[in-house]
Amino acid sequence: MGCIQPDGLLTRCGETMLLAMWNPATAEAVAKECRLPLFRARSAIREFLEARLLEKQGETYFMTAKGVEKLEG
Amino acid sequence: MEEVIREQDGPSPRLPRIGEPAPPFEAETTLGTIQLEDFKGSWLILFSHPADFTPVCTTEFVAFAKIQDELRKLNTELMGLSIDSIYAHIAWVRNIEERFSVSVSFPVIADLDRKVATLYGMIMPGESRTETSRCVFVIDPNGTLRAMIYYPLTTGRNTDEILRLVKALQTTDEHTVATPANWQPGDSVIVPAPRTQEAAAERLAEGYDCKDWYFCKKSL
Repeated sequence: MGCIQPDGLLTRCGETMLLAMWNPATAEAVAKECRLPLFRARSAIREFLEARLLEKQGETYFMTAKGVEKLEG
Repeated sequence: MEEVIREQDGPSPRLPRIGEPAPPFEAETTLGTIQLEDFKGSWLILFSHPADFTPVCTTEFVAFAKIQDELRKLNTELMGLSIDSIYAHIAWVRNIEERFSVSVSFPVIADLDRKVATLYGMIMPGESRTETSRCVFVIDPNGTLRAMIYYPLTTGRNTDEILRLVKALQTTDEHTVATPANWQPGDSVIVPAPRTQEAAAERLAEGYDCKDWYFCKKSL
Protein backbone atom coordinates (compact mmCIF):
# COMPACT_ATOMS: atom_id res chain seq x y z
CA MET A 1 0.00 0.00 0.00
CA GLY A 2 1.14 3.54 -0.63
CA CYS A 3 0.65 5.11 2.79
CA ILE A 4 0.41 2.31 5.33
CA GLN A 5 3.14 -0.30 5.40
CA PRO A 6 2.35 -3.99 5.87
CA ASP A 7 3.46 -3.69 9.51
CA GLY A 8 0.90 -0.92 10.07
CA LEU A 9 3.37 1.96 10.19
CA LEU A 10 2.76 5.02 8.06
CA THR A 11 5.17 5.75 5.22
CA ARG A 12 6.72 9.20 5.30
CA CYS A 13 4.38 10.31 2.54
CA GLY A 14 1.44 8.72 4.36
CA GLU A 15 2.31 10.56 7.55
CA THR A 16 2.53 13.87 5.70
CA MET A 17 -0.83 13.33 4.08
CA LEU A 18 -2.59 12.18 7.23
CA LEU A 19 -1.14 15.13 9.11
CA ALA A 20 -2.57 17.40 6.41
CA MET A 21 -5.99 16.09 7.44
CA TRP A 22 -5.61 16.91 11.12
CA ASN A 23 -8.34 19.44 10.45
CA PRO A 24 -11.22 18.42 8.17
CA ALA A 25 -10.14 18.72 4.55
CA THR A 26 -11.02 17.80 0.99
CA ALA A 27 -8.84 15.68 -1.31
CA GLU A 28 -8.04 18.79 -3.32
CA ALA A 29 -6.87 20.67 -0.21
CA VAL A 30 -4.65 17.76 0.88
CA ALA A 31 -3.07 17.50 -2.57
CA LYS A 32 -2.37 21.21 -2.56
CA GLU A 33 -0.92 21.27 0.93
CA CYS A 34 1.29 18.24 0.32
CA ARG A 35 2.22 19.42 -3.19
CA LEU A 36 1.22 16.08 -4.62
CA PRO A 37 -0.96 15.27 -7.63
CA LEU A 38 -4.65 14.86 -6.84
CA PHE A 39 -4.63 11.16 -7.74
CA ARG A 40 -2.11 10.53 -4.94
CA ALA A 41 -4.34 12.27 -2.40
CA ARG A 42 -7.42 10.33 -3.54
CA SER A 43 -5.56 7.03 -3.37
CA ALA A 44 -4.18 7.83 0.10
CA ILE A 45 -7.57 8.91 1.41
CA ARG A 46 -9.12 5.65 0.24
CA GLU A 47 -6.43 3.76 2.12
CA PHE A 48 -7.00 5.85 5.26
CA LEU A 49 -10.75 5.28 5.01
CA GLU A 50 -10.25 1.53 4.75
CA ALA A 51 -7.99 1.63 7.83
CA ARG A 52 -10.64 3.76 9.59
CA LEU A 53 -8.19 6.58 10.16
CA LEU A 54 -10.60 8.94 8.40
CA GLU A 55 -14.33 9.36 7.97
CA LYS A 56 -16.13 11.03 5.09
CA GLN A 57 -18.93 13.53 5.28
CA GLY A 58 -19.87 14.86 1.86
CA GLU A 59 -16.64 15.84 0.14
CA THR A 60 -14.82 16.47 3.42
CA TYR A 61 -12.73 14.01 5.40
CA PHE A 62 -12.44 14.01 9.19
CA MET A 63 -9.79 12.28 11.25
CA THR A 64 -11.05 9.58 13.59
CA ALA A 65 -9.75 8.90 17.10
CA LYS A 66 -7.82 6.01 15.54
CA GLY A 67 -6.23 8.43 13.08
CA VAL A 68 -5.17 10.77 15.88
CA GLU A 69 -3.75 7.81 17.78
CA LYS A 70 -1.82 6.70 14.70
CA LEU A 71 -0.19 10.11 14.33
CA GLU A 72 0.52 10.61 18.01
CA GLY A 73 1.71 7.07 18.60
CA MET B 1 -1.39 -21.25 -36.36
CA GLU B 2 -4.02 -18.51 -35.95
CA GLU B 3 -6.60 -21.09 -34.94
CA VAL B 4 -4.22 -22.51 -32.34
CA ILE B 5 -3.72 -19.04 -30.87
CA ARG B 6 -7.47 -18.43 -30.79
CA GLU B 7 -8.17 -21.76 -29.08
CA GLN B 8 -5.56 -21.22 -26.40
CA ASP B 9 -6.58 -17.67 -25.59
CA GLY B 10 -10.31 -18.16 -25.52
CA PRO B 11 -12.68 -15.49 -26.75
CA SER B 12 -11.00 -12.12 -27.30
CA PRO B 13 -12.11 -9.37 -24.93
CA ARG B 14 -13.73 -6.33 -26.51
CA LEU B 15 -11.02 -3.77 -27.05
CA PRO B 16 -11.46 -0.21 -25.83
CA ARG B 17 -12.50 2.31 -28.45
CA ILE B 18 -11.76 5.96 -28.98
CA GLY B 19 -14.60 8.15 -27.80
CA GLU B 20 -15.90 5.64 -25.26
CA PRO B 21 -15.36 5.60 -21.48
CA ALA B 22 -11.97 4.10 -20.60
CA PRO B 23 -12.52 0.77 -18.81
CA PRO B 24 -12.42 1.35 -15.03
CA PHE B 25 -9.98 -0.59 -12.87
CA GLU B 26 -8.26 -0.76 -9.51
CA ALA B 27 -4.65 -1.92 -9.50
CA GLU B 28 -1.62 -2.33 -7.26
CA THR B 29 1.08 0.13 -8.30
CA THR B 30 4.47 1.28 -7.11
CA LEU B 31 2.64 4.17 -5.39
CA GLY B 32 -0.06 2.04 -3.75
CA THR B 33 -3.50 0.98 -4.90
CA ILE B 34 -4.84 3.27 -7.60
CA GLN B 35 -8.19 3.42 -9.37
CA LEU B 36 -8.68 4.95 -12.79
CA GLU B 37 -11.22 7.26 -11.16
CA ASP B 38 -8.43 8.80 -9.05
CA PHE B 39 -7.33 10.66 -12.20
CA LYS B 40 -10.71 12.30 -12.77
CA GLY B 41 -10.12 15.96 -13.61
CA SER B 42 -6.72 15.40 -15.20
CA TRP B 43 -5.51 13.82 -18.41
CA LEU B 44 -3.83 10.44 -18.11
CA ILE B 45 -1.33 8.63 -20.30
CA LEU B 46 -1.62 4.95 -19.45
CA PHE B 47 1.15 3.01 -21.14
CA SER B 48 2.33 -0.57 -21.08
CA HIS B 49 5.79 -2.01 -21.60
CA PRO B 50 6.81 -5.64 -22.23
CA ALA B 51 8.98 -6.32 -19.20
CA ASP B 52 11.12 -4.76 -16.48
CA PHE B 53 14.92 -4.91 -16.77
CA THR B 54 14.90 -4.97 -20.57
CA PRO B 55 16.85 -2.42 -22.61
CA VAL B 56 14.24 -0.84 -24.87
CA CYS B 57 11.79 -0.52 -21.97
CA THR B 58 14.49 1.11 -19.87
CA THR B 59 15.12 3.74 -22.56
CA GLU B 60 11.37 4.36 -22.68
CA PHE B 61 11.03 4.76 -18.92
CA VAL B 62 13.88 7.25 -18.90
CA ALA B 63 12.22 9.12 -21.79
CA PHE B 64 8.79 9.12 -20.11
CA ALA B 65 10.28 10.32 -16.83
CA LYS B 66 11.97 13.17 -18.70
CA ILE B 67 8.68 14.49 -20.14
CA GLN B 68 6.78 14.19 -16.85
CA ASP B 69 7.29 17.82 -15.82
CA GLU B 70 6.10 19.07 -19.19
CA LEU B 71 3.09 16.77 -19.01
CA ARG B 72 2.24 18.09 -15.54
CA LYS B 73 2.09 21.59 -17.00
CA LEU B 74 -0.57 20.18 -19.35
CA ASN B 75 -2.54 18.73 -16.40
CA THR B 76 -1.49 15.26 -17.55
CA GLU B 77 -0.35 12.33 -15.43
CA LEU B 78 1.58 9.21 -16.44
CA MET B 79 1.04 5.61 -15.39
CA GLY B 80 3.01 2.57 -16.61
CA LEU B 81 2.03 -1.11 -16.64
CA SER B 82 3.56 -4.50 -17.25
CA ILE B 83 2.97 -8.10 -16.30
CA ASP B 84 5.62 -8.01 -13.60
CA SER B 85 5.49 -8.15 -9.81
CA ILE B 86 5.50 -5.09 -7.62
CA TYR B 87 8.95 -6.18 -6.34
CA ALA B 88 10.35 -6.31 -9.89
CA HIS B 89 8.94 -2.83 -10.56
CA ILE B 90 10.48 -1.43 -7.36
CA ALA B 91 13.86 -3.01 -8.13
CA TRP B 92 13.83 -1.77 -11.72
CA VAL B 93 12.81 1.78 -10.83
CA ARG B 94 15.58 1.87 -8.21
CA ASN B 95 18.03 0.51 -10.79
CA ILE B 96 17.04 3.21 -13.30
CA GLU B 97 17.70 5.85 -10.67
CA GLU B 98 21.10 4.32 -9.84
CA ARG B 99 22.29 3.65 -13.39
CA PHE B 100 20.69 6.51 -15.32
CA SER B 101 20.23 9.15 -12.60
CA VAL B 102 16.56 9.45 -13.53
CA SER B 103 13.81 9.35 -10.93
CA VAL B 104 10.65 7.51 -11.98
CA SER B 105 7.98 9.13 -9.84
CA PHE B 106 4.89 8.05 -11.79
CA PRO B 107 3.02 4.90 -10.69
CA VAL B 108 3.65 1.57 -12.41
CA ILE B 109 0.94 -1.09 -12.32
CA ALA B 110 1.99 -4.63 -11.34
CA ASP B 111 -0.51 -6.46 -13.53
CA LEU B 112 0.47 -10.03 -12.71
CA ASP B 113 -3.10 -11.30 -13.12
CA ARG B 114 -3.33 -9.40 -16.47
CA LYS B 115 -6.64 -7.85 -15.54
CA VAL B 116 -5.85 -4.34 -16.80
CA ALA B 117 -3.82 -5.63 -19.76
CA THR B 118 -6.78 -7.74 -20.88
CA LEU B 119 -9.26 -4.93 -20.31
CA TYR B 120 -7.25 -2.63 -22.57
CA GLY B 121 -6.15 -5.19 -25.17
CA MET B 122 -2.48 -4.75 -24.38
CA ILE B 123 -1.49 -8.35 -25.07
CA MET B 124 -0.93 -9.30 -28.70
CA PRO B 125 -0.75 -13.12 -28.67
CA GLY B 126 0.75 -13.19 -32.17
CA GLU B 127 3.73 -11.28 -30.79
CA SER B 128 3.96 -12.51 -27.19
CA ARG B 129 1.64 -14.30 -24.80
CA THR B 130 3.55 -13.29 -21.70
CA GLU B 131 4.29 -9.63 -22.30
CA THR B 132 2.26 -6.50 -23.01
CA SER B 133 3.01 -4.66 -26.24
CA ARG B 134 4.02 -1.00 -26.18
CA CYS B 135 0.57 0.56 -25.89
CA VAL B 136 -0.38 4.13 -25.07
CA PHE B 137 -3.87 5.23 -24.05
CA VAL B 138 -4.67 8.90 -23.69
CA ILE B 139 -7.62 9.41 -21.35
CA ASP B 140 -9.21 12.82 -20.86
CA PRO B 141 -10.33 14.46 -17.57
CA ASN B 142 -13.84 13.01 -18.00
CA GLY B 143 -12.49 9.45 -18.31
CA THR B 144 -13.06 9.20 -22.06
CA LEU B 145 -10.48 7.35 -24.15
CA ARG B 146 -9.21 9.89 -26.66
CA ALA B 147 -6.30 8.20 -28.44
CA MET B 148 -4.49 4.88 -28.66
CA ILE B 149 -1.04 4.00 -29.98
CA TYR B 150 0.27 0.44 -30.34
CA TYR B 151 3.93 -0.30 -31.01
CA PRO B 152 5.58 -3.72 -31.32
CA LEU B 153 8.06 -5.12 -28.81
CA THR B 154 11.04 -4.18 -30.94
CA THR B 155 10.35 -0.47 -31.37
CA GLY B 156 10.69 2.14 -28.64
CA ARG B 157 8.11 4.90 -28.61
CA ASN B 158 8.65 8.58 -29.40
CA THR B 159 7.75 10.62 -26.31
CA ASP B 160 7.83 13.87 -28.30
CA GLU B 161 4.97 12.47 -30.36
CA ILE B 162 3.05 11.62 -27.19
CA LEU B 163 3.50 15.20 -25.95
CA ARG B 164 2.41 16.49 -29.35
CA LEU B 165 -0.66 14.26 -29.24
CA VAL B 166 -1.75 15.57 -25.82
CA LYS B 167 -1.23 19.17 -26.95
CA ALA B 168 -3.20 18.51 -30.15
CA LEU B 169 -6.12 16.95 -28.25
CA GLN B 170 -6.20 19.80 -25.76
CA THR B 171 -6.09 22.35 -28.59
CA THR B 172 -8.99 20.57 -30.28
CA ASP B 173 -11.02 20.69 -27.06
CA GLU B 174 -10.25 24.31 -26.36
CA HIS B 175 -10.85 25.72 -29.84
CA THR B 176 -13.13 23.15 -31.56
CA VAL B 177 -10.67 22.64 -34.39
CA ALA B 178 -8.68 19.76 -35.88
CA THR B 179 -4.92 19.58 -36.31
CA PRO B 180 -3.21 18.74 -39.62
CA ALA B 181 -0.41 16.25 -40.28
CA ASN B 182 2.77 17.00 -38.35
CA TRP B 183 1.06 19.88 -36.52
CA GLN B 184 3.07 21.53 -33.80
CA PRO B 185 1.83 24.04 -31.22
CA GLY B 186 1.78 27.49 -32.87
CA ASP B 187 0.99 26.11 -36.34
CA SER B 188 -2.30 26.86 -38.09
CA VAL B 189 -5.20 24.55 -37.33
CA ILE B 190 -7.95 23.10 -39.49
CA VAL B 191 -11.42 24.62 -39.33
CA PRO B 192 -14.00 21.81 -39.36
CA ALA B 193 -15.45 21.45 -42.85
CA PRO B 194 -18.97 22.79 -43.39
CA ARG B 195 -21.71 20.19 -43.38
CA THR B 196 -24.37 21.88 -45.46
CA GLN B 197 -24.41 23.39 -48.95
CA GLU B 198 -25.30 26.77 -47.50
CA ALA B 199 -22.38 26.68 -45.05
CA ALA B 200 -20.04 25.52 -47.85
CA ALA B 201 -21.10 28.48 -50.00
CA GLU B 202 -20.43 30.87 -47.11
CA ARG B 203 -17.14 29.34 -45.97
CA LEU B 204 -14.88 31.08 -48.49
CA ALA B 205 -16.10 34.48 -47.32
CA GLU B 206 -15.47 33.80 -43.63
CA GLY B 207 -11.89 35.09 -43.60
CA TYR B 208 -10.05 31.79 -43.18
CA ASP B 209 -6.97 30.72 -45.12
CA CYS B 210 -8.78 28.41 -47.57
CA LYS B 211 -7.61 26.21 -50.45
CA ASP B 212 -11.21 25.31 -51.12
CA TRP B 213 -14.52 25.27 -49.23
CA TYR B 214 -13.62 22.04 -47.39
CA PHE B 215 -9.97 22.91 -46.63
CA CYS B 216 -9.57 25.98 -44.47
CA LYS B 217 -7.03 26.83 -41.82
CA LYS B 218 -6.73 29.54 -39.22
CA SER B 219 -4.18 30.74 -36.68
CA LEU B 220 -5.01 30.58 -33.00
